[in-house]
Amino acid sequence: MTGLLDTLLAGLALGAVYALVALGFVIIFKASHVMNFAHGSLLLLGGYLTAVLHDDLGFAGALAVGVLATAALAGVIDRVLLQRLPQDPKAAHVATIVTIGIDILLVTDLARRIGGDLLSLGDPWGDEVRTLGPVTVADSRLAAIAVSALVIGVVFALFRYSRWGLSLRCAAEDTEAAALQGIRLGRTRMLAWCLAGALAALAAVFLAAFPATGLERTTGQIALKAFPAAILGGLASPVGALAGSLVIGLTEAFVITYQSDLHVLGDGLSDVAPYVVMVLVLLVRPNGLFGAKGAARV
Amino acid sequence: MPRASDEASTLRVENLDVTYGRAVSALRSVSLDVPPGSVVTLLGANGAGKTTLLRAVSGTLRLHRGAVTAGAIRYGETVLDGQDPVAAVRAGVVQVPEGRRVFAALTVDENLRSGGLGLGRRTPERIKEGRERVFTLFPRLAERTRQQAGLLSGGEQQMLAIGRALMAAPKLLLLDEPSLGLAPQMVERIAEVVREINAQGTSVLLVEQNAGMALALADHAHVLEVGEVRLSGPAAELARTDAVRRLYLGEADATEGATGHATDETAPGGPERGAA
Ligand SMILES: Nc1ncnc2c1ncn2[C@@H]1O[C@H](COP(=O)(O)OP(=O)(O)O)[C@@H](O)[C@H]1O
Ligand SMILES: [Mg+2]
Repeated sequence: MTGLLDTLLAGLALGAVYALVALGFVIIFKASHVMNFAHGSLLLLGGYLTAVLHDDLGFAGALAVGVLATAALAGVIDRVLLQRLPQDPKAAHVATIVTIGIDILLVTDLARRIGGDLLSLGDPWGDEVRTLGPVTVADSRLAAIAVSALVIGVVFALFRYSRWGLSLRCAAEDTEAAALQGIRLGRTRMLAWCLAGALAALAAVFLAAFPATGLERTTGQIALKAFPAAILGGLASPVGALAGSLVIGLTEAFVITYQSDLHVLGDGLSDVAPYVVMVLVLLVRPNGLFGAKGAARV
Repeated sequence: MPRASDEASTLRVENLDVTYGRAVSALRSVSLDVPPGSVVTLLGANGAGKTTLLRAVSGTLRLHRGAVTAGAIRYGETVLDGQDPVAAVRAGVVQVPEGRRVFAALTVDENLRSGGLGLGRRTPERIKEGRERVFTLFPRLAERTRQQAGLLSGGEQQMLAIGRALMAAPKLLLLDEPSLGLAPQMVERIAEVVREINAQGTSVLLVEQNAGMALALADHAHVLEVGEVRLSGPAAELARTDAVRRLYLGEADATEGATGHATDETAPGGPERGAA
């Protein structure tokens, strides 16, 4: 019983962090029809900046710089690079390929800087654990759940109530009709990239925190778990990204817990599990959990 | 109402050429004016270039790989050709697109909120004023604010599309075939609304294939044929010309000889033009 609750909490914490990444991925897709394969490297950049700056600026200051710088870079990538591509029907595909190039550049550079190190981000939670009734849980995991829930709540409120959120939903549904209302398509889209970059940088904190031992050059590969979360959620649906992330997070936690019982299926099952779940969900619901028909139109 | 002079709120289209994709010429040397307070209609068959003209004014040609290649569009002092759509909205020129194009997944309320997003931050009072104006014109929308726009009837969607545009407090409203696909009763209702909006001081450029409705509403009319203005004149006079009656008012055999006093800008339309 205790094992089950522990696993549930661990899954929730994982899912909460995946949600930060997947939500950004989905917001970018909704705003620009681009699959941002540079998402993992943006995350790594945010984490790296926080790691190298926290001695001087303190954790909060370093995180603020990391988040803002990553947001800025994401915005610049979209505005300066992707929005300049000829905006014809294949623009989104070309842009998607361009993000793969950006990812390779960024990851190569950051990996060179990080080398084989494990960088501490100087987060305040350390390896503290606390006992809540029958379960023992790491502070870092509670923080991941609480912060993600708060931030995701804010993002959803922005989506629903802010002028930017309304602009984005209008533009996603009908670009020309949105333009006719005077909505600035380029700016709306760029801000979506900025927000997604900020979310990715924030996620890096929790990926490097306990029980992980720090930021490493491969931390960005987490995105490979957030992509299936986004896709099984419906790719253009923020709610779907949330649901998909929780499904993936819980699946992974359970697979890790019961891996020894499942060893006939081979090691590394927890890395494969997100994709297995994605394929299974898509077999039953081809548009994803929350995908409207045609929501993934490009 | 506007303290600006007449000149400051006249839409002036001069010798406009529009090309799609560098090759397809859609408009050639089109000129027309919409003076303040007036209703001007632009008639023409499918493919004549009516929508293209509105796109040129509202700045959305680029979304269709089109461009103004010659001529000029001014609204008062503001140059509109080659500008972003934001420029038109800010200048007070707002287009209601053909086929309504409401945001189907959004609520009626959100659709109205989207209108005038280009004006920047507005005070809640101004937004409330706009909403009240819309609900006075379209009481039916007031009862459905939380409903998804996609679930409205065609007529209601047309009302919402017009209401959304009114939220930007336009001085000039561009309407692209508002009667398209609507039942005759609803067409009549839309006509009343256009009259009412005009009476409140907004000028209207009304694009239509339904010439009967449009000519009854308009002060001035232009007929577009394959990208060129063929006829221009006061709406009442144009309604009496042979060509218009035959081609656009569905009278197979217009026997009254008079071509009215409308200026036929090219050679007078002979019987050989009845090919439509
Ligand atoms: N996006 C486009 N690309 C190329 N040609 C177009 C495009 N839109 C319209 N056209 C052409 O321009 C001409 C005028 O079209 P349009 O302005 O839509 O006419 P109308 O609104 O009077 O029916 C037509 O010949 C049409 O085929
Ligand atoms: Mg048209």
